[in-house]
Formats: sequence, C-alpha cells, structure tokens
Amino acid sequence: MQKNSNLENVLRGVAITAIILFFMFPILWIFLMSFQTNETILRVPPSPFFEPTLTNYRSLISGKLEGSTATLEIAFMSNLYNSLFLSVTSVTVGLILGVPAAYAFARLKFRGSEDIAFTLLSFRFAPPLLVLLPLTIYFQQIGLADTYGGLIWVYQLIVLPLILWIVRGYFEDIPADIEYAYRIAGHSFWATFRKIALPLAGPGIAAAGLLAFIFAWNNFIFALVLASADKQPVTVGALAFITASGINYGQIAAGIMLSIAPTFALALYAQRYLVEGLSLGAVKG
Amino acid sequence: MSDVMLDLNSVDKFYGSKGQGVHAVCNISMKVMRGEIIALLGSSGCGKTSMLRMVAGFEAVSRGKISIGDREIHALRPVERNVAMAFEGYSLYPTVTVRDNIAFALKSSKFSATDVAVKVDEIAAMLEISTILDKYPSSISGGQQQRASLARALIRDADLYLLDEPMGQLEPQLRTLLRGRIKAYIKERGLTAILVTHDQTEANALADRIAVMEDGELQQFASPEDIKKSPANIFTGTFVGEPPMNVFPARASISEETVCLRLNENIDLSYPADAFSAELRASLAEMGDIVLGVRPYAVQRRDTGSLATVVVNQWLGDQSHIATNFAGGSLVLVEHDRTQLSEDEQIAIYLEPSDIHIFNSKTGMAISHGARLIG
Ligand SMILES: Nc1ncnc2c1ncn2[C@@H]1O[C@H](COP(=O)(O)OP(=O)(O)OP(=O)(O)O)[C@@H](O)[C@H]1O
Ligand SMILES: [Mg+2]
Repeated sequence: MQKNSNLENVLRGVAITAIILFFMFPILWIFLMSFQTNETILRVPPSPFFEPTLTNYRSLISGKLEGSTATLEIAFMSNLYNSLFLSVTSVTVGLILGVPAAYAFARLKFRGSEDIAFTLLSFRFAPPLLVLLPLTIYFQQIGLADTYGGLIWVYQLIVLPLILWIVRGYFEDIPADIEYAYRIAGHSFWATFRKIALPLAGPGIAAAGLLAFIFAWNNFIFALVLASADKQPVTVGALAFITASGINYGQIAAGIMLSIAPTFALALYAQRYLVEGLSLGAVKG
Repeated sequence: MSDVMLDLNSVDKFYGSKGQGVHAVCNISMKVMRGEIIALLGSSGCGKTSMLRMVAGFEAVSRGKISIGDREIHALRPVERNVAMAFEGYSLYPTVTVRDNIAFALKSSKFSATDVAVKVDEIAAMLEISTILDKYPSSISGGQQQRASLARALIRDADLYLLDEPMGQLEPQLRTLLRGRIKAYIKERGLTAILVTHDQTEANALADRIAVMEDGELQQFASPEDIKKSPANIFTGTFVGEPPMNVFPARASISEETVCLRLNENIDLSYPADAFSAELRASLAEMGDIVLGVRPYAVQRRDTGSLATVVVNQWLGDQSHIATNFAGGSLVLVEHDRTQLSEDEQIAIYLEPSDIHIFNSKTGMAISHGARLIG
C-alpha cells in the first residue's frame, strides 16, 4: 500500500514536471534569447551558455532598433504604454458596467432578461472583421476613429460579455436568502449589493477581470484597423520588428518578455487573491 | 391600534404559471393576535416556508391580502414590512463573524456600538453561542449556525418574528432548554411570532395556537388543547398527536335502544343509545358510512369486548406502544405501565363513547367529538 502510493507520488511528480517543461520551456528559451545577440541565437548547435547582454532591452526602451544595416525608429515603449492604458481602462469600464448588469441579470428575472443577456454574449460569436468595416466608417463619421475613447468602446465587445457571464454565474451561486436576510434587517438593495453580494462574488469578479484583461491585452485586430501608430498596443506594434533588413530575434524576444510582464505579474498576484478568496468564501448550508 | 397583528386574507401562492405551476398555498385566511406565538405544523412541502416568505416579502403574493397591524403590506418591499425572519437554511453572511452576523441585524443608526455589543452578548448567552461569536459561519456546526441565525432574528425590534424551523438541528436537551428561554423572551416583550416546526412537543409547549397545514390549505387553526380534543378533520386528527390517531371506516346503524358502529370484518361496537346525543344519532342515521377515530391512549383493554391481535409490544421506557390487528386495520394503544403482552396474543378492546371522534367518510370533516355533534 505504502509502496504503491510512493510510486504514485513519483509518477505524479514526473507528469507535473513534464507539463511544466512543456509549457514553460518556450518562455524560458525566449527569456534566454532576450539577453543574446542574433549571432549567439542562431548558432548551430544552440547552447544555453552565452555572454548575456542588455542591448536588446536598451534599444527597445530607447526606441532605436539597430538592424544589420540601418537604425530603425520604433515606438515600442509607447505601444506598451498604450496596451496597458487600453487594457486597464477597458477592464475598468467593463467592470463598472458589467458587474451591476450581471447582478441584475442574476437577481431580477425580468421579461426578456435572458434574451438581452444572450445577445450580449453573442457579440463574442461574431467574427470581428465582419463588424470592423462598418464600424470604421461609423467611427470616422462620429469622430471616434483613432481615439482612445473609441478603442475602449470597441474593446467592450471583448470585455463586457466575458465579465457579464462569468460574474453573473458567481452572483447566481450566492443563495438569495443571504441577501434577503440582510435586506429584511432594514438595509437597502444597494447596500445589500455592496456589503453582501460584492464581497461574496469577489473572487469571481477578480477572475473575470483578469481574464478580460488578458483578452484585451492580446487583442490585435481591433487596434490594427481602428488605431494609428501612436495609439497602437504592443500586439500591433510588434509588427515593426519584421523589417526588410531582417529579423532581430533578440529584440523580438526582449519585446515579448516586456509585453508579457504585466499579464504575468497580474496572474501571479490574482492567483494568490483567488485562492484566498475562494477558501474564505465557503458558503455552507 | 387593533389587536390583530397579522391578517392573512385569502392568500394564494402559485409558483410558475397559474394553470400548470405549483399551487403552494391555497386560499389561506388567518388572523394572528398581538403577543401570540403561533406554531405552523404540516408535512414537508405543504407550503409553510412559502407562507412565511410571502409575509416577509421574498415571494410575491399571487392572490389575496396581507396586513401587519393596520398596514396592508403585501405590496411593500421587505425593508418596509418590519418583519424579522430566521431562515430554514440559516443564510448567515459567510464573510463576517457570527457576532457581526447578529449585529448587522440592528441597523447601526439606531443603537450605539456599545448597546449593540450588549444586546448581542445577551442574546448569545440566551442561545448558548457566546463562545463562538468570533468565529466565521463556515467554521461552526450546523446547530450553531442555526442558533446564530435565530439570534439574528430575535435581536431585531420587529412587529412580527418568522422562525422557520429554528431548532431542528439541536439535541432534545438543548431544545427543551432553549424552548423555555425563547418563550420567556418572546412573552416578556410581548412579541408576536410564527414558528414552523416538525416537533409537536415544541408546538404544544411554545404555541398559543397551532395552525395545521396540508397541501397548501389551512386545516385547522386552534389552541393545542382544541386540536387534540376536537380535530377539525381526519388529517388534523391523524397528523397531530403521537402516536397518531387510529381511524377505521365504519357503518352506523341506529335503533331505539342502541347505536351500533360496524367496522370491517363485522366487528360491532354497540352502545346504549343515550351514550350519544340525539342530534348525533340523527345525523349518523342519515349518513350511514362514517370514519371512526380514537386516540391510542384512549383505547381501553377490558375482560370482554372486540378482539384484537397483538403484533408488536414496545416498551419505550415510560410507556408501552402496543400495535394490534383490529377490524382489518391496525390499532395502536398506549399504556403507561409495562404491559406483559406477547405477539399473537388476543386482547379485548373497549372504546368509550366520549373518546370517539366521528368523521364524514366523504369530506373527512369532523362530525362529532366525544359523542356530541360539533358546532
Ligand atoms: N421557488 C419555488 N419554485 C417552485 N416551486 C416551489 C418553490 N418553492 C417551493 N416550491 C414548491 O412549493 C411547495 C411548498 O414548498 P415550501 O417550501 O413552502 O414547503 P414547506 O412546507 O416549507 O416544506 P418543508 O417542511 O420541507 O420545509 C412545494 O411543493 C415546493 O416544491
Ligand atoms: Mg420549509
């Protein structure tokens, strides 16, 4: 028995290591690449041993890509800033609009509420390109093309349905009687939402916000079509790395490292919060 | 102010659409007086919780009116009804301690923090939960959660207290102890309460009046004594009382000198005519088919009489429950000493006319109690 469970432990360890290697190896390799020049990256056979250099990061941060023949001006840092700004504001707007809406859909069963909720979800089914062309024309007419406001609005197509449907599920999982118990004691609907529903759905709201952030961060097509160079996020800006004079892998790797850093940090932070929130929340009985 | 605290007027509750949904509460009318404790008794799923939730305002009233005091409240929001409720599923707030759960019920504006603390400690001591006040609901037992939930309701200053099975999770000793304390608490303050319970001892001990419900309908609403002595119909007769009332279909034949109640298997219970009131004899003669009921502790053993066969004889420590085969059915009798009867033994049964309840065999409604026509 003891032996068997030992064997199980070993097997489990091996499996976990394999999975971690599988998923983490590319990231690790890119991390290593970001400290190398094209020569060391492209040597055959590849080797993990090299003399680390910070030139890739330096040129990204200063905005000057040194190709083999010429120096190219890129706006990587401002792309990064755009990504951060667009994602944070979109998710914030999405949460402000989506969480109360999710609560309403979960608690107030009104005529047509299912239809409205489903319509919102169906935004996720539509191919973005289909929407984009007419949208571009409308945006140009009403002066929203190439503005942060316009982009944030369009980002709601991605963010809002996600937040709405995830958070709604969490609200529905809270027994209604817990809220009734609070309301019958003389607290208003609004107070009940703030003091009871919000804290209980906290982990769900955090998860939805995190997921929405990642989706917003990774969005490519909306910003490609609707924004000019100075408003573009990294996903679009990264196109500039592929130049006629060649591809600088070290700089791309450094670019990738910089652009995944915020989501990575957020995921690490939120994970701690999620675990804590979920184990505290246990609604018993 | 009137003395009626709660007035339910022809209240109905449908879940789902009116035609095909569940008709959980059917046309219930009842008045609860100020300062009364009412026990709501009925089998599982008969609509007790639905009724409380309509009074509290968590379920819309499908039809009818509800008033508390002089106010019609069935259209008001829960906040405006001034009702306190202990929920069947406790429904404590998981994110705060038991102390805060109870304190949240007192809207902070009315009491100072120290007043709230004093009140919480007082009620926690009464319900024996002082030691768990600083724990979170997820880390206390079901019975402790139940008492925390009860405390949260009782601490309020409400017109009406709705307690949905407030002590179902507790052991009999604690239940008995708390029952006394809760009754004293409610009576001292002149509060009005409706208490759902499956424990008839609790209903008898706590309640001024008992409302018996079945299938969403109010079967009887009367004092515990009245319900025992004069059950309104077969359901109340057999539902209230432990062990339940024995019932047998019977056919009455009335002559000048005798009243004969013929049970199945041709067992005749014959009585002199004057043991039954004249009015009762008249209606029995008219009706013929009836249902006869007798409480287990009223069944007597005599040297001669109708024969019954013992099936089991259980000594419960303070009384014997003897189950017998009688008139094609089962008859249970209760005796207070340790009866020496073995299986298959024959005993002679005698039923005193004053212990006999007679019901209409078609409607199930009571016709007579103790050989006197009702009404
Ligand atoms: N939200 C609901 N939707 C549909 N049907 C319901 C709902 N709540 C209760 N019912 C139905 O209404 C009837 C009465 O339910 P209720 O909860 O009032 O019973 P109860 O007397 O409190 O039972 P118990 O003693 O088991 O608590 C049941 O048939 C139940 O299935
Ligand atoms: Mg119930």
